[in-house]
Amino acid sequence: MTGGQRVVVTGLGAVSPLGHSVGSYWDNLKAGKSGLGPVTLTPANDELTQKVAAEVKDFEPLKHFDERRVATLDRVSQFAIVAAREAIAQSGIAFDMPLSVRTATIVGTGVGGQTTHDDSFRRVYVDKRSRVFPLTIPKLMVNAPASQVSMDCGLRGPAFAVASACASATHAIGLAFQMVRGGAVDCAVTGGAEACITFGTLRGWEAMRVMSPDVCRPFSKGRLGLILGEGAAMMVLEPLERARARGAQILGEIVGFGMSADAADLTAPDLGGMVRAMQGALDDAKLAPADVQYVNAHGTGTAANDETETKALHQSFGAHAQKLAISSTKSMVGHALGAAGALELVATLLSVRDGIVPPTIGYLEPDPACDLDYVPNQARALSIDAAVSNSFAFGGLNAVLAVKRFA
Amino acid sequence: MSDVASDVIAVIAKKKRVDKPTVELSDRLADLGLESLDAVEMIFDLEEKFDVQIPYNANSANVKTEFDTVGDVVAAVEKLVAQKTS
Repeated sequence: MTGGQRVVVTGLGAVSPLGHSVGSYWDNLKAGKSGLGPVTLTPANDELTQKVAAEVKDFEPLKHFDERRVATLDRVSQFAIVAAREAIAQSGIAFDMPLSVRTATIVGTGVGGQTTHDDSFRRVYVDKRSRVFPLTIPKLMVNAPASQVSMDCGLRGPAFAVASACASATHAIGLAFQMVRGGAVDCAVTGGAEACITFGTLRGWEAMRVMSPDVCRPFSKGRLGLILGEGAAMMVLEPLERARARGAQILGEIVGFGMSADAADLTAPDLGGMVRAMQGALDDAKLAPADVQYVNAHGTGTAANDETETKALHQSFGAHAQKLAISSTKSMVGHALGAAGALELVATLLSVRDGIVPPTIGYLEPDPACDLDYVPNQARALSIDAAVSNSFAFGGLNAVLAVKRFA
Repeated sequence: MSDVASDVIAVIAKKKRVDKPTVELSDRLADLGLESLDAVEMIFDLEEKFDVQIPYNANSANVKTEFDTVGDVVAAVEKLVAQKTS
């Protein structure tokens, strides 16, 4: 799309396995710290085959909400609200009228309130109780995080959830970007949230046979699959003119969004779909391959994704692919499904702003099928003008965002 | 042929994607057209049928060598069933 307004980011928020704020999340990513650890959140951790996940640790709902409010919020909505509050506080925006009705709330979520799901069904199937808690349905619905953020922050414009599994947040942010760019809204609070480390969900992932037993090593030889994560990241988007007029601190600029569907296999990654999404984002941003220095990869750590994504990077960037710094922050925070794209875009924006690329940790040695520069194990200083963040979902739904350093 | 072998063959026969009237122990899973998700479903069916746990990670390079042929799968299941009853 040509014309339209330039869209800048003026607030960021995160709840992650590496800390409950953007500051702690980003510091730990740069330090190459692992957020992985033993599964502790389910009622029967010992029975699981999968022993490791990237949990948000020591999250105390009562530090953020009163008791009455906590009873209405699944963990996924709690994460979304805490991240949204941080992003809005940083932006310095008060969502009074008329801005409130001109602000969109678009939140990506893969599966919604899984803790509520699991607990309620356990109650009826296992404990043989004849009733579940009255707010079971509005807590578990997939739009709960979007609704709860709009309620908590007083955002009265277009609000909805976006569900595309592992690409949910990237699709959500991309739509918000398009709405702000096109002038449909004056501001957007957008991102993704997921809290899927429950007994039933983990059993589901175990059955897919794609989980690593211990460490997530994207692009490395000897990688054994993904590690499930959780968390939320939210951001405030607004037109450049608006941000300038109010003297806001500008953290970065979103410049392009590409989407595609594989229309092929349910779970196997597809080269063509990945390439079309990346190409779409670059074209939308009017970026040539050589303009980009950093790619925050989808990089799940599965054999198939990382090999196919490498091929897609070769195809999309040509000879310039060799010069890209590419890293997977999933090596540190696991795969937070519907929140992943938002957590990763926060990392991408801060990489560009600070000129430092977070590493791919757990990297052992090169795999001949993954022959690019994955910034192994140690962060790297790098001046970045433009970067790309990839998300490729089960079901063959792909979304890619391009960002630029604000100058 | 053991009971386990004929049961394993029956499970694999349901998953195969090539037009081949019979499934032999020497058949390679790849030649029967089993894709990665088919293999995961096959493992699930076998685990349910024999009440065993088959170690299988689709990302592991070992999997392709350990479960190359139908006979490899039969041998793995027979071993697990024997362990269970011993």
